[in-house]
Amino acid sequence: MSFKSTVATGLLLATVGVSASAQSLVYCSEGSPEGFDPALYTAGTTFDASSHPIYDHLTEFKVGTTEVLPGLAESWEVSEDGKTVTFKLRQGVKFHANDQFTPTRNFNADDVIFTFDRQGNPDNPYNSYSGGTWEYYGSMSMPDLVESIEKVDDYTVKFNLTRPEAPFIANMAMDFASIVSKEYADAMMEAGTPEMLNQAPIGTGPFKFQAYQKDAVIRYLRNDEYYGDKAKVESLIFAITPDASVRYQKVQAGECHIMAYPNPADVQAMKDSDDVVVMEQEGLNVGYLAYNTNVAPFDNAKVRKALNMAIDKQSIIDVVFQGSGQIAKNPIPPTMWSYNDAIEDDQYDPEAAKAMLEEEGVTDLSMKIWAMPVQRPYNPNARRMAELMQDDLSKVGVDVEIVSYEWGEYLERSKAADRDGAVLLGWTGDNGDPDNFLAVLLGCDAVGNSNRANWCNEDFDKLIQEAKVLPTQEERAPLYEQAQQIFKDQAPWDTIAHSVVYMTMRPEVEGYVVHPLGGHIFNAVGLKE
Amino acid sequence: MLNYVLGRLLTFIPTFIGVTLISFGFIRALPGDPITVMAGERGVSAERYAELKVQYGFDQPIYVQFWDYLTGVLHGDLGTSFVTKRPVFDEFFALFPATLELSICAMIFALLLGLPAGVIAAVNRGKFFDRALMSTALVGYSMPIFWWALLLIIVFSGNLGWTPVSGRIDLLYYFPDATGFMLIDSLASGQSGAFKSAVLHLILPTVVLGTIPLAVIARQTRSAMLEVLGEDYIRTARSKGMSPGRINGIHALRNAMIPVITVIGLSVGTLLAGAILTETIFSWPGIGKWMVDSIFRRDYPVVQGGLLLIAVMVMIVNLTVDMLYGVINPKIRKR
Repeated sequence: MSFKSTVATGLLLATVGVSASAQSLVYCSEGSPEGFDPALYTAGTTFDASSHPIYDHLTEFKVGTTEVLPGLAESWEVSEDGKTVTFKLRQGVKFHANDQFTPTRNFNADDVIFTFDRQGNPDNPYNSYSGGTWEYYGSMSMPDLVESIEKVDDYTVKFNLTRPEAPFIANMAMDFASIVSKEYADAMMEAGTPEMLNQAPIGTGPFKFQAYQKDAVIRYLRNDEYYGDKAKVESLIFAITPDASVRYQKVQAGECHIMAYPNPADVQAMKDSDDVVVMEQEGLNVGYLAYNTNVAPFDNAKVRKALNMAIDKQSIIDVVFQGSGQIAKNPIPPTMWSYNDAIEDDQYDPEAAKAMLEEEGVTDLSMKIWAMPVQRPYNPNARRMAELMQDDLSKVGVDVEIVSYEWGEYLERSKAADRDGAVLLGWTGDNGDPDNFLAVLLGCDAVGNSNRANWCNEDFDKLIQEAKVLPTQEERAPLYEQAQQIFKDQAPWDTIAHSVVYMTMRPEVEGYVVHPLGGHIFNAVGLKE
Repeated sequence: MLNYVLGRLLTFIPTFIGVTLISFGFIRALPGDPITVMAGERGVSAERYAELKVQYGFDQPIYVQFWDYLTGVLHGDLGTSFVTKRPVFDEFFALFPATLELSICAMIFALLLGLPAGVIAAVNRGKFFDRALMSTALVGYSMPIFWWALLLIIVFSGNLGWTPVSGRIDLLYYFPDATGFMLIDSLASGQSGAFKSAVLHLILPTVVLGTIPLAVIARQTRSAMLEVLGEDYIRTARSKGMSPGRINGIHALRNAMIPVITVIGLSVGTLLAGAILTETIFSWPGIGKWMVDSIFRRDYPVVQGGLLLIAVMVMIVNLTVDMLYGVINPKIRKR
């Protein structure tokens, strides 16, 4: 937002008055958004501040689930061959207005086409705006998948795909698919200020962007013309508070109503306190230890299994996650459809593990474990985790050396086909689809990239490829369940943990639902009188 | 004096070039690059990586990249942040007033308490008061900022409820940042209670950031005073029957001020370093936190541009300090 417009909005508010507080919901957020055009970025913090309050999507995730509902598209049809998806758009949906722009028309097919064209078409004048790299669009394979987008009429859009792809409908609910206004984009391009699309966002969502004071506060006002259920509070304020202990102090002092990411160490005290309410849910993520299945003796599934049996996951949950995690037995989290709960995890049994290693002729094994240098929800302290594993493995006669690299270097080097050692890493889901875990992390195509185990199993890969093109969840789920069984038998990873996500709030907050996809959504949140 | 200032300004040129070179090299010497850091676990394909390298200009030889940067700097263009896609210059000056306001308050706090404490300790050398003050200063000097800040928040904001936990002003107040200095803007807004809220929000960060400079200034004042108090002219003044207040306050303190002012000048660096932690804890939207975030994200333009601007600020402060020597000590003025 330019200085001028900040001043203008400020003066406007100053005259309107400042006593909006009674109906203001204050959220203590953990960091600053990178910008307000979600398609340019990949960070959850940015999506919380942009995609969820300001924008809508063709389809929407039902908050609290990974179920996909109609959004700006009222309905959709998938062709027989699965390669054409036709969306019927909602009519009468209004875009927000701001100081520079007042929409003259409602949302229509042009906006949908513009939203995706600017990300995929290098000739679109917005393709290179704000140094746009459209990372998410790329990482969801959209450039290969979308052949063309056609406007059938003002309220019908047809996507022609290069192959059938079941997760496509869920992809349309993701943050990068936030629908932006073509009319606004054109106006800003004409004014010579295209970057306003990223700095003073215009969407159709439940809240209108009001102002952003860098690294301090973001302000939103309720969109009274919203097509769906209107927001419960008049204004929404993000108080940017990077330190978790300080966020908790602010909630206690009444300076914030709700906060994300408490310190795991504080959670018990929060649960015991009468002043705050703590909500929890398993995160849509998995933390794992990936063996390099290219390198002996880790090319032997029995050796991998034996090592898994030597690692005490419960003590990792207790020490590293301080209780804010649960043991993972499958590569997908339990909140995801097709999760195979019948699978039995490898039990912690150092004696049996030792015997199994001896049986396979593995003695005096020494190996490396790679520990990530950064903190992630699926692994709050990789160094500590590696030390616990080192200790466990030494009990079965395996000598472990812990190595680490700077994060960018770590990600790069861990892809190598001849990598020396097992690597600690994890994944957070994008669209709630099992394909987003199983194909991305364990598919043959991903070897040399995000498949850190370098594991390519024909049977497994066949199942996930088949499942990807089937139209319904009912048909796809059994294939994924079988794939998880193959994974468990072959043990390319030791699945370690799914984190538990906590939200801490004051007792007067009502209607908050923890969203498994990780976003923080306040549309339906109100404050008790 | 004018010659002196001009001479000092000339020395800015090599320093400026040196800082440009170091800031450019420093961030690139760190392993990893912005593209892999941005892609994270998601990864980026080799083709996409190559495309992005071209887009960011990393395909150019390093000396070409430096030349582009240097010519940009000389034209007043520090580049655009890779992350926020906004000009580095704009981002810096949107955040710098917050850091400056906090640093000035911290320095005033440190001077107001540190100078008298040092003088009193020197005059009462070896007595209980001296020992108590100097032990406290030592504790203050070695206090971990993070711990100190959280302790103050828990006691004064949590238990006693006297001060707000963090931020620059109550979220109830909203007005344009005309100057970026919250104390001034809140007064100018005319909204009742805004100024008081801004002052209350400043108290804890000021104390935390000012603690180390306070300890340093107190210790430095004490030792400089002790040295001066042993001088012949002080003994002469005493033998003439001059009052102790006059001796300590005018003759001794003024002469003891030179090393103290040096320390104050050097403390500017300490303040900026301390601002990184203080700003993070108190959610203070200044340049300290901005720089740290940018280093983690390998946001090259922000790191090199930010370092350069900070270096320029420190150079200006040092020049000001050197000029102050002249004000205090006529011998330097005449040279």
